[in-house]
Amino acid sequence: MAIEYLGLSEINGPLVVLEGVKDAAYEEIVEFRMDDGTRKIGRIIEIYEEKAVIQVFEGTDNMSLVNTHTRLTGRPMEASLSPEILGRTFNGIGQPIDGLGDIQPEMKVNINGLPLNPVSREYPRNYINTGISAIDGLTTLIRGQKLPIFSGNGLPHDKLAAQIVQQASLGENSDEEFAIVFAAMGVKYDVAEFFRRTFEESGVSDHVVMYLNLANDPVVERLITPRMALTAAEYLAFEKGMHILVILTDITSFCEAMREVSSSKGEIPSRKGYPGYLYSELATLYERAGIVSGGTGSVTQIPILTMPNDDITHPIPDLTGYITEGQIVLDRPLFGQGIYPPINVLPSLSRLMKDGIGEGYTREDHQALANQLFSCYAKVGDARALASVIGEDELSPLDKQYLKFGKAFETSFVGQGETENRSIIETLNKGWELLSMIPREELDRIDTKLLEKYYTSASEVI
Amino acid sequence: MSRTGKIYGINGPVIYIKGQTDFKMSEMVYVGKENLVGEVISLTKNRTTIQVYEETTGLKPGEIVTATGDAVSVTLGPGIIHNIFDGIQRPLEEIARESGKYISRGVNVESLDIHRKWDTHMVIEEGQEVYPGTIIAEVPETKSIVHKSMIPPNIEGIVRSVVPDGQYTVTDTVAVVESPDGQTHEIKLAQKWPIRIPRPTHNRYAANTPLVTGQRILDTLFPIAKGGTAAIPGGFGTGKTMTQHQVAKWSDADIVIYIGCGERGNEMTEVLEDFSKLIDPKSGNLLMERTALIANTSNMPVAAREASIYTGITLAEYYRDMGYDVAIMADSTSRWAEALRELSGRLEEMPAEEGFPAYLASKLSAFYERAGMMQNLNGTEGSVSIIGAVSPQGGDFSEPVTQNTKRFVRCFWGLDKALAYARHFPAINWNNSYSEYTEDLSPWFREHVSPKFLSDRSQIVAILNQETSLMEIVKLIGSDVLPDDQKLILEIARVIRLGFLQQNAFHKEDTCVPMEKQFLMMETILYLNERAQDLISKGMPMSVLKEDKIFEKIIAIKYDVANNELEKFQEYRDTIDTFYDNVMERNG
Repeated sequence: MAIEYLGLSEINGPLVVLEGVKDAAYEEIVEFRMDDGTRKIGRIIEIYEEKAVIQVFEGTDNMSLVNTHTRLTGRPMEASLSPEILGRTFNGIGQPIDGLGDIQPEMKVNINGLPLNPVSREYPRNYINTGISAIDGLTTLIRGQKLPIFSGNGLPHDKLAAQIVQQASLGENSDEEFAIVFAAMGVKYDVAEFFRRTFEESGVSDHVVMYLNLANDPVVERLITPRMALTAAEYLAFEKGMHILVILTDITSFCEAMREVSSSKGEIPSRKGYPGYLYSELATLYERAGIVSGGTGSVTQIPILTMPNDDITHPIPDLTGYITEGQIVLDRPLFGQGIYPPINVLPSLSRLMKDGIGEGYTREDHQALANQLFSCYAKVGDARALASVIGEDELSPLDKQYLKFGKAFETSFVGQGETENRSIIETLNKGWELLSMIPREELDRIDTKLLEKYYTSASEVI
Repeated sequence: MSRTGKIYGINGPVIYIKGQTDFKMSEMVYVGKENLVGEVISLTKNRTTIQVYEETTGLKPGEIVTATGDAVSVTLGPGIIHNIFDGIQRPLEEIARESGKYISRGVNVESLDIHRKWDTHMVIEEGQEVYPGTIIAEVPETKSIVHKSMIPPNIEGIVRSVVPDGQYTVTDTVAVVESPDGQTHEIKLAQKWPIRIPRPTHNRYAANTPLVTGQRILDTLFPIAKGGTAAIPGGFGTGKTMTQHQVAKWSDADIVIYIGCGERGNEMTEVLEDFSKLIDPKSGNLLMERTALIANTSNMPVAAREASIYTGITLAEYYRDMGYDVAIMADSTSRWAEALRELSGRLEEMPAEEGFPAYLASKLSAFYERAGMMQNLNGTEGSVSIIGAVSPQGGDFSEPVTQNTKRFVRCFWGLDKALAYARHFPAINWNNSYSEYTEDLSPWFREHVSPKFLSDRSQIVAILNQETSLMEIVKLIGSDVLPDDQKLILEIARVIRLGFLQQNAFHKEDTCVPMEKQFLMMETILYLNERAQDLISKGMPMSVLKEDKIFEKIIAIKYDVANNELEKFQEYRDTIDTFYDNVMERNG
């Protein structure tokens, strides 16, 4: 029988301090009961002998120093898991909110997870066809990868994520067991609703697990939400052998919540007030993607983060980029021109692409073609910069050709319809079509043999 | 005063013990019921502070902390090469066998396999006098590496007994040594050494031999010496890890220690898979046969991340003591610095720049100074070269880790975002990178490559510099208005950039290029430059020179000439001559 402690000695923002506790463990979950019967749960985040600092998930409103009964549960935060979670909706700390009753857990798992042993990992090599040229062609998504979308407020990152989910799940591999784990951290109601509707419309609702912590839900719960979701994802992937796509949105809110808690704990801030352990915390989320050797399942992550002020050097996108295996960067000027998806391909990157494409995976020319498109598009930038100084008319014929190429690349290769699902061959052929606008001797990233096979010149520029 | 204590407080990876204890600084301790590994990091009369190398979830105040008496150490002996360890030298394969696909807490595994019997050849005799570092036994550790077990640095004396050649484990006593004070010491194939203390050496030599990496921009423009230090800073996606992988694969070091410090799990898996397939050009064996990996990925506990760098360098020093040239890839030192910052924050120390502790610089310098070409205690010569990746925040090189690292390394290979965006790899910026070893290594280049090597190199550098200043003008007014001789400089610089500096890591021939070919490529480009200049000075316009597509042909040399058919370069010289004659004929 657990002891109940009456009263608290301090309440400060989302943190409370309890003195005189016996036998409390670090990161243990505690339950609070107020005099009026309301219940809350919290987690011990610092402990000094008989004094425990507890983070309250639902916020400390209505708690007072005298009316609170605290009980230690003896367990860390756990997720209740069973195959039944498919198709269900939970709140940020894993309690069902769809009115369908509790989950009968097959197992209870500590949501902090444990680091996957690098020798037990399998290097991801199978590409996922998303049907989006800019991604398939230039920043190929690989099963088991963590590939975030770096976006800004107001950019169509949600639409893009939804399109990836729809088209990837309905791809050729649809016979394999596929599920989506969706975690919302501090997003607006309509965003969560948009995803729910999309899943429903594309008929995948039965294969979606949703963890929702909306913008008006308690901030501290956000710190738990992605861990809940990833624990569920790992369970489905590695215990049940399913291919899981995890969407985490919005990482920025998660980091803001961390900063809030850190500052109420009185910790020494590092960059922009974020705690020094921001990198480690983000890593413990992102590194939970991957494939375990010997198993059939995989966890692929698409975290979405809105860059504050569109600044890619802000600590959140910066540290994320150092952990994830590439990034897809959305760009406001492209969006302004009405191009969808507004992916700026130059800073976008997929680190795992090199081993998942080419002969036997996509097509032999894929890597060379991608490099050439990158290189040519980088030159478009130079030509545009020059044109803005000396005017377009003064450019050399070659630079003018590059300008034309740039325009075409943006509208017909990057740009595509919101439901348009291009096959990889279509994407690659489109790439060659664009390269035909550039004279052959400018193509310095492609082997002579491949050029002979695929390149046709549209116009000879002297 | 006791050798145990009770946990008083817990904050993340840091725990406190109240009151005075008899613990020593840097001593290894076991924490709590699960025997988590920790290290003492500060002692006061009222409080002992310990950093724990494993997750502290579930620890309770009141649990016991036991001191082990030893500083945090590594076990040095056969079985290190071809292995993969975590930050405190626990073999990951063993951990996987013990605890499955996840790394659970309190796993107690031996650093080296204590059951494996090694084919041992003893090289000392009874009655022989031995000193610190004397080699006592040779063990074929892998196909590429002969392991030489040594007398530990704190023992000397007369050998009283030796076992015959045969099969021994790392814990078997293979010799007994009596020291001058009459004490006897049992010598085993393995020994322990604390990770934070450099292994002693006799003497330090100046750098005189390059670490040849097969990467043109490194070997030719910014060479690193054996025993040298280099930093590779770059924002994310600029190719730090790729560059490290290339150097780890192709450099002519005897042994490579690859430290994945706070980086991605999949990357370590990739190294493990790749190196178990690729052939080392030097020995003909698999690369893994000369490699040890230390993987402390970003999601593993932060304190062990801080230790992993020291674990790696101690392993390297041990093999240096045997007379090997060892290269360390530290990917990434910024993660290590951030681990320092994280722990410093938990200890509530006064932060200096950007939250980093004030001792960041001294820790960095202490680390890089452990590199060097040394005369070992046993008279052999060996070297430790350190190549450290730096991940500057926001790709901004003015941040403290990059700046402080710059003070202590002599090679700076700065990666550039613009080059990476244009997929020019390796994306090393030739304008802000440098190597202080070029001078020191010039005798070697003169002797082993060619007397002309250095003058060719400076001509190449000069052309690149001219290009940079010309580009300032081109950016404003376009390239069409330049006079022909300047257009030629741009064209030759383009040939150098695409045909020489840019190197394709995925191309069979181009991934690793011998010095000889690097030199001949430079020669050919410069010969083209010379002949083309001659034509320009005779009044030929640039457009005429371009008609023959000779520049494209020279760019393609890197793919078209295999590394073992260097005689083909004569043909290219002839082609350039023909080109010269043709142009003269048509327009002369």
